[in-house]
Amino acid sequence: MTKKIIKVDYLARVEGEGGLYIKLKDDSVVDVKLKIFEPPRFFEGFLRGRDFNEASDITARICGICPVAYQMSAVHAMENALGVQVDGPLRDLRRLLYCGEWIESHTLHIYMLHAPDFLGYPDAIKMAKDHKAIVERGLKLKKAGNQIVSLLGGREIHPVNIRVGGFYKLFTRKEFEPLIETLKWARDAALETVRWTAQLPFPDFEPGYEFVALHHPEEYPFNEGRLISSSGLDIECSEYEEHFQETHVEHSNALHSALKERGSYFVGPMARYNLNFDQLSPMARQAALESGLTRTCQNPFKSIIVRSIEVLYACDEALRILQSYEKPERPYIPVEPKPGHGFSCTEAPRGILYHHYQLDEQGKILDAKIVPPTSQNQKTIEEDLRKFVPQHIHLSEEELTWRCEQAIRNYDPCISCATHFLKLDIERN
Amino acid sequence: MKSLIIGVGNVYRNDDGVGILIVRKLKNRVSDYSHVKEQSGEGTSLMDAWSGYGRVCIVDAVSSGSPAGIIHRMDVSSESIPANFFSCSTHSFGVAEAIELARTLGQLPSQLQLYGIEGGDFQPGEFLSAEVERVVESVVDEIVQYVSSS
Repeated sequence: MTKKIIKVDYLARVEGEGGLYIKLKDDSVVDVKLKIFEPPRFFEGFLRGRDFNEASDITARICGICPVAYQMSAVHAMENALGVQVDGPLRDLRRLLYCGEWIESHTLHIYMLHAPDFLGYPDAIKMAKDHKAIVERGLKLKKAGNQIVSLLGGREIHPVNIRVGGFYKLFTRKEFEPLIETLKWARDAALETVRWTAQLPFPDFEPGYEFVALHHPEEYPFNEGRLISSSGLDIECSEYEEHFQETHVEHSNALHSALKERGSYFVGPMARYNLNFDQLSPMARQAALESGLTRTCQNPFKSIIVRSIEVLYACDEALRILQSYEKPERPYIPVEPKPGHGFSCTEAPRGILYHHYQLDEQGKILDAKIVPPTSQNQKTIEEDLRKFVPQHIHLSEEELTWRCEQAIRNYDPCISCATHFLKLDIERN
Repeated sequence: MKSLIIGVGNVYRNDDGVGILIVRKLKNRVSDYSHVKEQSGEGTSLMDAWSGYGRVCIVDAVSSGSPAGIIHRMDVSSESIPANFFSCSTHSFGVAEAIELARTLGQLPSQLQLYGIEGGDFQPGEFLSAEVERVVESVVDEIVQYVSSS
């Protein structure tokens, strides 16, 4: 009997601080721990006693990569509590802002964090020596997303233009015009990105998942919809806590989330794609089918292709919104505080982000609950490794460790968010 | 052409906010010679931020194992950044990666000076440790001197 430990103290190319520990007995995995040791940040505690209007700017500080997601879930939950519905051009502008964040976040992951795994480079810097034009394309594409967020959000990092009921400041059609030319280039670059990612080498790995995402009959989901799954879940976001539960595990500062009835589930680009293929734009659907994918994708290593399709969709959707844009009459719908509960899920780049607030009669926050996408995927990541490692046990320790890190990066984990970060140990016994 | 000073960090992680706090103090003192920007430390955005500038100065907290409050000065246009210099950053593609990728792609500003202030406390909070607080004014004066010299 041989025992072995595979161990990565500090996992690279993921957002935040974490590690991986895998214990093997002969060729069987006996323990997998995705360790998250970034300290918890107690944002839910910070929010108590603050005004309902402050939640979007405070929660935006949880993440430098996906602040828009936090702002969107916060304002939608508040509007749900206060009985306000934002629609028409203001709603379109929220979708436009989300397009910007998806383009930025996905492109960073595709080109800088995930592609080096497939091409055999330790990082994007080494990859850039051999693939200069590709890396330059990635940087320029990401910048297109930055431009949307900088303009509409008021600044690039931690946007400040979002409020309950709409925006603080609106822009004229003329002010948006330079974005249209940028996005036309970006859409072409996104199509090239789909073609480039589709020809990368992928291991065979389809363990089977329950995918969970928002679903809206008429649009690919950003802000609104019912929460559905590939196993028949179909609920309002307000019913989230009835169906999902969070538990503390000793090796992680991020709570593990599971479906009460069926356990682990999968959120993010693959879940959205599998549950909302028909809602993609015709150009994104066509690019997906031409890339060799079918209407569903079950191999998490191919999430890099799905992310590229979502970048293409986001460019296409942003152009649609900008080309039909007329400046709304007022930047926001006035909102009066009242007591109650508000719930929202929106689609952060990495998957559903749940917010629940309880307000008092002055609109002060009595209680807050935030469930980020990475904490929802933790259990699924550990289960992937339990299945993936025995299939690749013949690999050298160095190669196996690398493959395990790649399997984790399939999920673009944002540990900063989940703890509100990652370092890898594989132990062969 | 004016130079650029970039403050990097997160003011909600105690000493990690020192770069941001320093550029806020600099803003009014260098406006004749320099633009000032604040950045979270996400690398590709940093590359965008310095694009078009010939002379750039970056101020950030670092965690290299030296005592808190030590000031590291590096001309990174000519020397590489040591590994793990920015291990306090939670960004997967941060300041060091941005500088080295830009070097590979030929996108580094011709002059890039880095002021790294060794932090001691990166826990959540909005306060600098006494050791870091003590060096803030001297770094501000030094950067004013740097950008105002020809």
